[in-house]
Amino acid sequence: MNRNLKSAFFSALLVWAVAFPVLGLKLSIVGINLEVHGQGPFTLGVIALCSVLMFLRVLLDKQWSAMMRSRRDGPLVPPKVSNWLTLPKTQRYIILGLIVVALVWPFFGSRGAVDIATLILIYVLLGLGLNIVVGLAGLLDLGYVGFYAVGAYSYALLSHYFGLSFWICLPIAGLMAATFGFLLGFPVLRLRGDYLAIVTLGFGEIIRLFLRNLTDITGGPNGISNIEKPTFFGLTFERKAAEGMQTFHEFFGLEYNSINKVIFLYLVALLLALLALFVINRLLRMPIGRAWEALREDEIACRALGLNPTVIKLSAFTLGACFAGFAGSFFAARQGLVTPESFTFIESAIILAIVVLGGMGSQLGVILAAIVMILLPELMRDFSEYRMLMFGALMVLMMIWRPQGLLPMQRPHMELRR
Amino acid sequence: MSREILKVSGLSMRFGGLLAVNGVGLTVKEKQVVALIGPNGAGKTTVFNCLTGFYKPSGGTILLDGQPIQGLAGHQIARKGVVRTFQNVRLFKEMTALENLLIAQHRHLNTNFFAGLFKTPAFRRSEKEAMERAQYWLDKVNLTEFANRTAGTLAYGQQRRLEIARCMMTQPRIIMLDEPAAGLNPKETEDLKALIAYLRESHNVTVLLIEHDMKLVMSISDHIVVINQGTPLADGTPEQIRDNPDVIKAYLGEA
Repeated sequence: MNRNLKSAFFSALLVWAVAFPVLGLKLSIVGINLEVHGQGPFTLGVIALCSVLMFLRVLLDKQWSAMMRSRRDGPLVPPKVSNWLTLPKTQRYIILGLIVVALVWPFFGSRGAVDIATLILIYVLLGLGLNIVVGLAGLLDLGYVGFYAVGAYSYALLSHYFGLSFWICLPIAGLMAATFGFLLGFPVLRLRGDYLAIVTLGFGEIIRLFLRNLTDITGGPNGISNIEKPTFFGLTFERKAAEGMQTFHEFFGLEYNSINKVIFLYLVALLLALLALFVINRLLRMPIGRAWEALREDEIACRALGLNPTVIKLSAFTLGACFAGFAGSFFAARQGLVTPESFTFIESAIILAIVVLGGMGSQLGVILAAIVMILLPELMRDFSEYRMLMFGALMVLMMIWRPQGLLPMQRPHMELRR
Repeated sequence: MSREILKVSGLSMRFGGLLAVNGVGLTVKEKQVVALIGPNGAGKTTVFNCLTGFYKPSGGTILLDGQPIQGLAGHQIARKGVVRTFQNVRLFKEMTALENLLIAQHRHLNTNFFAGLFKTPAFRRSEKEAMERAQYWLDKVNLTEFANRTAGTLAYGQQRRLEIARCMMTQPRIIMLDEPAAGLNPKETEDLKALIAYLRESHNVTVLLIEHDMKLVMSISDHIVVINQGTPLADGTPEQIRDNPDVIKAYLGEA
């Protein structure tokens, strides 16, 4: 009891130490100086309450955990149900359902909602791409955003200097990113685990700095603006068409409505995401998909069977980069503006978080995680500055409760039919 | 008997100051069963690792069909038809027995990206043939009923058999077995003996094995090489080895 009392007291003190500087103090500008003010009595009261609760929680730790244990005899979800949920077949139906919802969505959702959904789809695409590298091939890549940047700048530069259209640049951007993935992968893929993570991290930063310092071509920190939006078979969605072009609303005899453009962008993103889903689904059932899995399990055995580990890893790396390239060029087209600051390390971290949060290797998991990761910060805008704090806390709790991710997937096994 | 398929001479392997293998020579003729024996730590597995490209030998030559293969990477040597099993079974434990066999055929399959993406007829045919070959070998090692079980859940003896079947999927010329009978019961050892004989008779495979089970070694080997502390000690037919006083002293023990 005595020891409990000590640690309980210490925990309560810790609550003060953490919460007071973050929540209890406020910087305000007085004239030209910054002054530190204490928050009102209400905030201090809340912190005090929290510290008392923490004190009791630690003091009565044994009783508390005994109570929790007796209450939670069975797991939250019965094992049969959770097993059923991780079956590839079930997940395929859920994904089909989600696709139907996604197709109907833009025609009912508000403009803002469709816009956020487009953003989510970009992250779904990125998550699916990184899922190939991290989830399937087991290569920890912290510089994924580098390929995203390559894709975005490929389209931005080609459009800016050569006036090429989005649909021509999309495959080029994918190819460019894939080429970068290939070139980087060649020397790097002999490394494993932590070393690989650090080298890729460095690579992501190099690309960003390179783009920022190549001022003559990329516009440096200002980036490239006024990038053309995608067209629908040559029909633009602007109010007025440029020379020699026609607008969508004129061609179909509709009233001009700016939401058409938003919906169209959404549908393009959906198309790309569906393409990625299809490709990855096939890959899982192809020899190369099996080889990734095998390589992740035992590289030495793979070599003994004549599989070239470098080539197999390289293929995963290149394919993953290719999807990032697609996502990047779409991102550039949607924003109409690319700057190096869109491709900082935190983006890589978010994409990786989507993959891990969703459950390694699971496509449905990636989709759900992308929705959660992008939607939550949007929904929590009411909490203003505490938004990111809550977001962080939520992720910590999430990983404690479900370390295997939101919805992991069992790999589709090849079966022998008799 | 027929021509030499593998000729190793003066093989040595140095780890820093330790000379683990020193001047080992080995000649294997086609369709022979050759055993490598010696006390624990004698360097048998190191020799295997050198032959299969997992280590780069510090010296000596390894000729496969007269072509030097020393210094090639592991997967390159495997592609030339030299495959191995491991002392501690190395299956892909999370994958099914069937999939383990499919992986091993990777090199012989249609791995064209677009063929797989659109399931072209050529791709389907290639996958179907792979399944049939896998089924054939599952049948040969009596694992058909476990085809869809993950390899990690199989019994030890079954895992051993699956590993040999997996090697056979690569259509090898030489198969190197590292203590294949370790941990097997007498019945399973008998089965293993039959399996090795079958590989050699029906699939023209040359077998090189490391084994401590002397009964097994003496009964199936055509030729035995004894290594002690990294150096070759003796070399001959089972009868010669059995009667060699040096071998008895170093390894077999005096009875």
